[in-house]
Amino acid sequence: MSDTHAQSVAFVRETELPPAPPPVTETGAIKWVRENLFSGWFNTLLTVVAFYFVARILFFVFPWFFNGVWDAASIRECRDVLGGATGACFAVLVDRWDHLLFGFKYPPDGYWRIVVAFILLLGAAAPALFSKLPRRLLLFTALYPFVAYWLIWGGSLWLPMTILGIIIATGLVFRAVSSQIPVNMRQMVAAAIGMICGVGLSYLLFIGAKELVFIANSIGTASLGTSFAYGVFWLLAIFTFVFFIPMGMFVGYAIYNSYEDGGLVSVVTALLFIYAALVYLLAPIASGLNAVIPIELQAVASRDLGGFMLNMILGTVCVSLSLPLGIVLALGRQSNMPLIKGVCVVFIEFIRGVPLITLLFVANVMLAYFMPPESNFDLILRVIIMITMFSAAYIAEVIRGGLAALPKGQYEAADSLGLDYARSMRLIILPQALKISIPGIVNVAVGLFKDTTLVSIISMFDLVGMIRGPIQNSTEWISVYWEVYGFGAMLFFIVCYSISQYSQWLERQLQTDHR
Amino acid sequence: MNKSVFFGALTVAGLMAGAAAATTLEDVKARGKLNCGVTTGVPGFAEPDANGVWQGFDVAVCRAVAAAVLSDSTAVEFVPTTGKTRFTALASGEIDMLARNTTWTFSRDVDLKFEFTGVNYYDGQGFMVPKALGVTSAKDLDGATVCIQTGTTTELNLADFFRANGISYEPVPIETGAEAVQQYIAGACDVYTTDASALAAQRANFEVPGDHALLPEIISKEPLGPLVRHGDNEWGDIVRWTLNALITAEELGVTSVNIEELSAGTNNPEINRLLGAEGELGSMLGLEPEWAKRAVAAGGNYGEVFERNIGEATPIGLARGLNAQWTDGGLIYSPPFR
Repeated sequence: MSDTHAQSVAFVRETELPPAPPPVTETGAIKWVRENLFSGWFNTLLTVVAFYFVARILFFVFPWFFNGVWDAASIRECRDVLGGATGACFAVLVDRWDHLLFGFKYPPDGYWRIVVAFILLLGAAAPALFSKLPRRLLLFTALYPFVAYWLIWGGSLWLPMTILGIIIATGLVFRAVSSQIPVNMRQMVAAAIGMICGVGLSYLLFIGAKELVFIANSIGTASLGTSFAYGVFWLLAIFTFVFFIPMGMFVGYAIYNSYEDGGLVSVVTALLFIYAALVYLLAPIASGLNAVIPIELQAVASRDLGGFMLNMILGTVCVSLSLPLGIVLALGRQSNMPLIKGVCVVFIEFIRGVPLITLLFVANVMLAYFMPPESNFDLILRVIIMITMFSAAYIAEVIRGGLAALPKGQYEAADSLGLDYARSMRLIILPQALKISIPGIVNVAVGLFKDTTLVSIISMFDLVGMIRGPIQNSTEWISVYWEVYGFGAMLFFIVCYSISQYSQWLERQLQTDHR
Repeated sequence: MNKSVFFGALTVAGLMAGAAAATTLEDVKARGKLNCGVTTGVPGFAEPDANGVWQGFDVAVCRAVAAAVLSDSTAVEFVPTTGKTRFTALASGEIDMLARNTTWTFSRDVDLKFEFTGVNYYDGQGFMVPKALGVTSAKDLDGATVCIQTGTTTELNLADFFRANGISYEPVPIETGAEAVQQYIAGACDVYTTDASALAAQRANFEVPGDHALLPEIISKEPLGPLVRHGDNEWGDIVRWTLNALITAEELGVTSVNIEELSAGTNNPEINRLLGAEGELGSMLGLEPEWAKRAVAAGGNYGEVFERNIGEATPIGLARGLNAQWTDGGLIYSPPFR
């Protein structure tokens, strides 16, 4: 066989050809470019146009950035140094670095306190964010708010420590005692607590009604609009007057009635006890301890906080408060009890229907009208309450979406295991619902963090407030613009992008479905 | 935050609107600090410097009042207010006085129930245009786009001016001065209009000030001055006469340099009355005899305050103009100390 063609074929190659490289247009970068950028006339056109714009921006930004002046005392000096060339004036960031981060009124020798508080925040947040870390570290997370409060606001260390001590002591006492008390004793405690709560609520309603009358009278009946408001406030006042005693009795009876499960009575009693202890014992104990062992930092008033620190404080506090509040609201909205459901629905719908900026104006301006001039109800506390309520309403709706997405069988399974409401929620429903809700919650959290810049409207000097107010309007840095806003954007991007990366990591960790 | 702050949240009883019975003067003295409302920043008028200390022309009024009342020009709590929050802050009692580039108008004085205690700067609304536009009068601005700050009297003045002259314009509403300048430089509008003092200050800090011109028309009167609430005339008198003391000191040649020497007694009885060497003017206000001396010593007389903060030697570079003493052809005029 092998000889068959020996004469008919001139040449037979006996070894294999070495593999040739693919044609130059089908490999490497050129192939990628051909396939991705110039695969047709339309894409070619888009590529050319896009390159044109990118090049224009780069040709503008690079000289601006690299010619930047980092050392100058004012924007005029910057221009002298540049001598007409394009260039940024980053000297403003150097000059006002402390102001951008800490605000212009925080005492400079206390900056280390903020830095320490920030580093500790990273340590305190880690065990809450990463479940693989030892659970014992959560103890530090629980302690962190007290430490951070002391570091940032200063004053005596014993004030936050005494608050912490009172809370812990009350918790321990109630845990040890509550199960040992005989039933009739618990019944009596429940009756007493119910009565106190009822009387307290009646009193609050009574004051509220008087306040409504006061507002109505101060509005007067000068025109049609004010007459209407006058009437509305009077109606509300009459309603409150009529109901203040029945409402008090109802609440008191409800608490008395719930003595059997023990939970509500214990919680309410503990809260009342903590409140009383804080009102009557806090100041003497704290100042007494401070007299014996004085550990004090220079006290800083709330209105002296500012800069990016203020955004971080508002963002951290409001996110961590609004998550539990949002869960409670979402569960309340699903509740079968009409009163609880009604309260939650009204709260969520009202807060969601009002712009955040309105709530902030109420916090800043309206409350000042209703309070005596010398009452110094802390401005940051007011703002924290408003932002927390706002984001809690949104988070509640996100979590309600998660709850609604669970198959009904999960609820029925929990019930059929004989779990009570708290256990079925904690062990079965919420872990699944929260997992579904992560992207939505993170969305709200990122939005909330950026919304903290709105406080600049009510003349608080957060990062944006610092830029728009004192820096852009100083004689030295009059009308400096891109450098400061670019810096602000960078800080916010770092934080928001980190949050988003964390949430994606968390989603991957919790992925249990079988795709 | 002390105890009362903490539990103010918990105690709804705090909502009881109890009007303070004490007078503002007593409140300020008891507090040991003057709560003075200022802007969040206007170059030369009120701005925190690199050390966080408030400086400026309006700030000097606060410091003078604090020096007169509390003998300490640093005993001032500056409360920054925006154009939207300034009046509520004053009406609610959060601040004792407002020294914040506020135009004295009928409705603010009468309807909002405030008392303007004088004028520390006579301003007016002007126009700035690029020279390349070739416009020499505001009446040539038919069809122009105009950058304007919202929520101020300038917006209304502009509408009045263009209507009265039968020409049209297109407003570009903007929130802050810095943003307005940025838009104007970028060419988003042909004209930038605001108070002439602010225009001059901004123009002096342009990269090429010569490319831009201020038009000759001043279309409004903007008398800027400190104000207090209705209902406490004694306090209003203190603020009014502290400002007048600064003005009178300039007129009489009393400066922060020679004040110690002059307060020992001079041949001029008005100087003696002003500085407390003669007469009972201080006790009539409920203050010590040397109240006005302290006010002037705090930052100098009106002219010194002007030159140091916004005068021609500063980057703001404003001429005295209307704000010269009446003896020099300006409008700054104080009633006599008698």
